Amino acid sequence: MQRLRKALPEGALLSKPEELRPYECDGLTAYRQLPLAVAIPETVAQVQEILRICEEVRLPVIPRGAGTGLSAGALPRKDGLVLSMARFRNILAVDPLNRTARVESGVTNRAISEAAAPYGLFYAPDPSSGVACTIGGNIAENAGGLHCLKYGLTVHNVLSVKIVTAKGNLLTLGAQGFDSPGFDLLALFIGSEGLLGVVVEATVRLLPRPPSSRLILAAFPSVESAARAVRLLIGRGLMPAALEMMDNLAIRAAEDFVHAGYPVDAAALLLCELDGLPEEVEDQIALAEDSLRESGANFLRLSSSEEERLLLWKGRKSAFPAVGRIAPDYYCMDGTIPRRAIPAALRRIAELSNAYGLRVANVFHAGDGNLHPLILYDASRPEELERVEKLGGRILELCVELGGVITGEHGVGAEKLDPMCLQFRAPELRQFHRIKTAFDPHGILNPGKAVPTLHRCAELGAMHVHQGKVPFPEIERF
Amino acid sequence: MGNEDEDQDLTAALAEGMRQAHDAKTPLYLIGGDTKPFWGRGVEGRRFSLLGHRGVIRYEPTELVLTARAGTPLVEIHRLLAAHGQWLPFEPPSFGSAATLGGTIACGLSGPARPFLGAARDFVLGVRVLDGRGQVLRFGGEVIKNVAGYDVARFLTGAQGTLGALLEVSLKVHPKPPVSETLARKESAEAAIQLLVELAAQPFPLTAACHDGERLFLRFHGTEGALQAATNRIGGDRLADADSFWESVREQTHPFFSEPGPLWRLSVPPATLPLAPGRGALFLDWGGAQRWWKGLAEPAMVWNWAREKGGHAMLFDSGQCHRQPIDPDLLSLHKRLKHSFDPEGILNPGRLYETL
Repeated sequence: MQRLRKALPEGALLSKPEELRPYECDGLTAYRQLPLAVAIPETVAQVQEILRICEEVRLPVIPRGAGTGLSAGALPRKDGLVLSMARFRNILAVDPLNRTARVESGVTNRAISEAAAPYGLFYAPDPSSGVACTIGGNIAENAGGLHCLKYGLTVHNVLSVKIVTAKGNLLTLGAQGFDSPGFDLLALFIGSEGLLGVVVEATVRLLPRPPSSRLILAAFPSVESAARAVRLLIGRGLMPAALEMMDNLAIRAAEDFVHAGYPVDAAALLLCELDGLPEEVEDQIALAEDSLRESGANFLRLSSSEEERLLLWKGRKSAFPAVGRIAPDYYCMDGTIPRRAIPAALRRIAELSNAYGLRVANVFHAGDGNLHPLILYDASRPEELERVEKLGGRILELCVELGGVITGEHGVGAEKLDPMCLQFRAPELRQFHRIKTAFDPHGILNPGKAVPTLHRCAELGAMHVHQGKVPFPEIERF
Repeated sequence: MGNEDEDQDLTAALAEGMRQAHDAKTPLYLIGGDTKPFWGRGVEGRRFSLLGHRGVIRYEPTELVLTARAGTPLVEIHRLLAAHGQWLPFEPPSFGSAATLGGTIACGLSGPARPFLGAARDFVLGVRVLDGRGQVLRFGGEVIKNVAGYDVARFLTGAQGTLGALLEVSLKVHPKPPVSETLARKESAEAAIQLLVELAAQPFPLTAACHDGERLFLRFHGTEGALQAATNRIGGDRLADADSFWESVREQTHPFFSEPGPLWRLSVPPATLPLAPGRGALFLDWGGAQRWWKGLAEPAMVWNWAREKGGHAMLFDSGQCHRQPIDPDLLSLHKRLKHSFDPEGILNPGRLYETL
């Protein structure tokens, strides 16, 4: 600690319990732990020095951006140092000719887009925490957002990162052009949840802001018809900028909260945004409206002004807090399934919801099959969180069973280590650990997150019924 | 789907072959359709062919995902997608009709649409791969959003078989936009770069932009309305046989590439000036971000130039490709990663770098 204090400016190392309190959790507040200390460096050299010291004494380091993550990826350890990148807030350059921005890792998504706006450009990934979340955290999690169906994830929008390794070396991955010599280390690094290095700088791509954006709201009498519409829209060659779905519980909660004019008796709602040149958008609207009607939509509303578009979005964007108003607590899940499985998934989730006696609201990115079931509960009731976690586990198991994955955009963190055992077998997990060792031989960076130990999976497997297949399936059970 | 008679799953035999090579420490030269031997350094090793391991495994157009075995011919995949109005937006160059899906992804090649629609790795969702121990590993999946585990599937794209032999690849596919149009305008290369900077900052449905030394070619894909709006605003001559022109750019059958001699590939930020490190014929693709340059220069000088510009360069000479040297720290990370997948160093040794 003394060496760390010497390496940092006055006030950049926190260790009093009241100073540590704000760092005890990230966006997943159900997981809490006070760290040993928090370092808030100001320069790359300080980050390098911190890591050199920590690696020498084998002190775990937990990198942290804005702390908005939803899988406890930034959850501290009581024997570990939280490395906050909050002071890396400078936008180093906006290059309108090459349409890139070079920023320090603590810059928020919104700040990048604001700096790019005078040139008619924007940074595309837009996770719901975009006002607060930082590019370093986006890179660690490979963040998505509402518009990634058309504009891609973080991995599609970052050209280069500068990272500090566990040994304190500064490396550049990627390049300012479109590719780099050697392995695609940038692709490997993005989404590595702070286990392979600490981002200090990134060069991101900027895109021209589309001059026209229109939103169609479509209400459906059944979840099945809404899911059919999703497949029909995609099948006809439309590439909406966003394609979101809400179920009845979510619609009612959102409407009560923001009064966006959502039809509260609809079983499901689709929000389909189309953008581009005005002429292009006109062509697409015609095709989209036909497809929505054909699939059984009984109510369509097309935004005719920017105010109206934003109002219609407001219901969707405030769906989480809206659900927060109808129950004391909610737990947000994140799995991806093939689009064809949406009706089956929602049906099974409803069955599970009944079985566990917990209400579930569904708000999700239908266009890419990324589900966000919100499990409603009351944390003050003893053992309710435990039941919620069991239900959540069953939902992720269902995603794998339907051909999907256990996390679409929130990451594994500390939260989904057990579900990772469903998704991967021992040989893949072993390879993940080898990759970790290649970057971080002593395992000091965010240890224990993102990839479960083989031991943990073996123990879990011993008591777990894999993908609903029970031993001796021929025996009747009641 | 396709030529189903020839489809076969050789996973077991390939894994057995790999295990034997691992045990005997036999270096292997991984081969698909053998169309791109020049895209790397020569490999001394026993030929290990993935060609027979072929067939489309799953393709549901409304899921926008296709999964096929590595040896599946690329032309077969193009044909299948086209029958459903879809395409691979990264337009992979094939360098011959025998090109396979596995070889294409292993080389990580992307065509003229790359700056506008994405690179090969952007469309890779998942892989099954045989590592240097002979283990079959599965990474990624068949869904578009997936952040479970390290993104090994994308990482393997472009590694040219030095980390594993791809067995299956799952790709994101897209609906092909209904219409396409190409405009040609006489411009100097410098003026072309200037114009491209202006155009690319506007939301035109641009899907390719190249300059052949005399003319700037701009391709658009979209709806009728979008194309009319774009072409009216920009102006230029409509190119009649645009598809074959872009094919010649993609496959390097354009006359620019026909003369023998060393050829440099410069990968730099698109607006980079000067256009090249020295004198010599120049072909700009990727809106200026990929430049083919026939200059005679010391490799070290070109590599320094490219590095200063924030990019890198590759030299194609006498049937081989030489890559820009990478920094020692980065190279040793490459070696540790290589070792983690291929502890005996039997997979395409030396293909990317002499010591890798």
